[in-house]
Amino acid sequence: MAITTAQSPFRIDPLTGMRIDLKAQALVKINAVLAVVFLLVGGAAGLLVALTRWPAVHLLPADLFYMALTAHGVVALMVWIIFFEMAVIYFCASTVLSCRLATPGWAWVQVVLMTVGAAITAVAILQGNSSVMMTSYVPMDAAPHFYLGLILFAVGALIGCFVFLGTLVIAKEEQTYKGSLPLTVYGCLIAVIIAIFTIASGAIILIPTFLWSLGLIESIDPMMYRVIWWAFGHSSQQINVTAHITIWYTVASLAFGAKPMSEKVSRTAFLLYILFLQLGSVHHLLSDPGMSSAYKIFNTSYMMYMAVLASMIHGLTVPGAIEVAQRRNGYNNGLFEWLRKCPWGNPVFACTILSIIIFGFIGGITGVTMSVEQVNMIIHNTIYVPGHFHGTVAGGTTLAFMGLTYYLIPVLFQRELILPWLAKIQPWLFGIGIAVFGVALMGAGTLGVPRRHHDMTFAGQALSFEWPGMAYMMMAVGEIGGVVSVVGGAAFCVIVVGSILVGKKVPADAKCIVAPHADRNADKHIGMGGFEAPGTFVLALTLFVCLVLYYFINFKYLATVWTLA
Amino acid sequence: MSEMKANETKKPLTVLQRILDDQNFMLMLGLVMPTVFYTLWGVMEVATIPIAP
Repeated sequence: MAITTAQSPFRIDPLTGMRIDLKAQALVKINAVLAVVFLLVGGAAGLLVALTRWPAVHLLPADLFYMALTAHGVVALMVWIIFFEMAVIYFCASTVLSCRLATPGWAWVQVVLMTVGAAITAVAILQGNSSVMMTSYVPMDAAPHFYLGLILFAVGALIGCFVFLGTLVIAKEEQTYKGSLPLTVYGCLIAVIIAIFTIASGAIILIPTFLWSLGLIESIDPMMYRVIWWAFGHSSQQINVTAHITIWYTVASLAFGAKPMSEKVSRTAFLLYILFLQLGSVHHLLSDPGMSSAYKIFNTSYMMYMAVLASMIHGLTVPGAIEVAQRRNGYNNGLFEWLRKCPWGNPVFACTILSIIIFGFIGGITGVTMSVEQVNMIIHNTIYVPGHFHGTVAGGTTLAFMGLTYYLIPVLFQRELILPWLAKIQPWLFGIGIAVFGVALMGAGTLGVPRRHHDMTFAGQALSFEWPGMAYMMMAVGEIGGVVSVVGGAAFCVIVVGSILVGKKVPADAKCIVAPHADRNADKHIGMGGFEAPGTFVLALTLFVCLVLYYFINFKYLATVWTLA
Repeated sequence: MSEMKANETKKPLTVLQRILDDQNFMLMLGLVMPTVFYTLWGVMEVATIPIAP
């Protein structure tokens, strides 16, 4: 059903009952489609990297390996994710708030700038003279259009952030919501604020680097570059964390009718992100000799732990909210009946729960541990680091984005998913592949295998090194996991593109897919031993025990490699 | 979007909620904290490294 107002046409979605601004819908669609296209490109580059770092295969020669690694880093870590985040913030600002999107014309400028920027950078990488990897540390120099593309991409993203903020202003003025912002929109607001700091930092360092590449600036201090670049590079991953946690809350609400256990606590946790999350960027500088221990330890050990506390709060409240909703819906026996009765075959739920588990147990625990200055010395610049951040960015963020995509295809594109059997197993293929990849690479990294190296055997080099057999085995197992995850990612792209192009049209009288609010059974006694969500409490304790054990195991290992005799 | 409408209560907003919902204040916090503790402090650390003779 379409409704037209003076400013913008809307339609009422039969599946969700939501009022959707058609101009915003077009922008969400184009950003999401571009995101998936770039995911395909980034995944293909990732496959080439995995098949080269797998010692028995060792596919590419050195020059092509570094080109593929640069393409994989830039496209998978930045382009795919930020395009999808644009789709998420437009969706939340317009659809969740039932509001027209502010300045849709500028939002189209965002799409054009980001697409042109990403394409220019991709061309620079494929030309072969910009294999500087995502970090593009000076004095390694890339072609000027490598930096120019990144700058255009960042400017586009910044415009998208201001379109989001403008939409919030309109929603408030037109009173499309009352009281506080809904939590999902609030999470997007936090992500956008982090994004503004991130993009400003990127501009501060990439514009001079672009001028340096043109010969207009004589030199750039490598240490200064690293400090400011990581305000961009690491903070961009904090946008992802905030965005995917927002999606966890959204899916819990849509699929289970779950209400956050305490809105106040969840919002305060988001405030902790605003205050402390980006200070964790210092852990990239922990081995830099020019920085003082006070700077390193204050930011990574004290301030960052406040952000870790916030992540643990979110990690507790989202499954807790699902548990409470499930118990109110009748699954109230024992500790884990609510978990057993979850819709494990539903790709929306499977992606979300795998995202929570992999982000917490693989990305989270290892991130906290490697941010300790002493422990960082045994894994810095080893392949442990990619193992860790694939747990956060691929396992956490990408899986959460995949889950939301499955939910939104029938809503925004009004198409049913094709190949439902494949959609059922796809989250498990991708999730298990990434989990194996992350854990195995962290094992190899702990043994000292370097990251970003074409050949771990150092064949033909002046200084050879004999790795233990376990290091080779870990690399092989990890890269097999990487290949499985690429297959899972390719399956996702096939399902999404196929559903959009040839999926059956959702009928006008389709059944609503939003779960009714679990509060309708609020008077029912649920839980055990005075806990409303005892199962989640046990799971949270398990995570905490794993964190403590892992932390002390690493210190024990440090003691064996760092003797004082 | 059951959770989305959950905030439409008649209770007045608390001071903390008003602060958390103030976009400009949150934006200011989100820019000042990392700029001071990460960027400016880090830049000062690099800038004060003695130049080799």
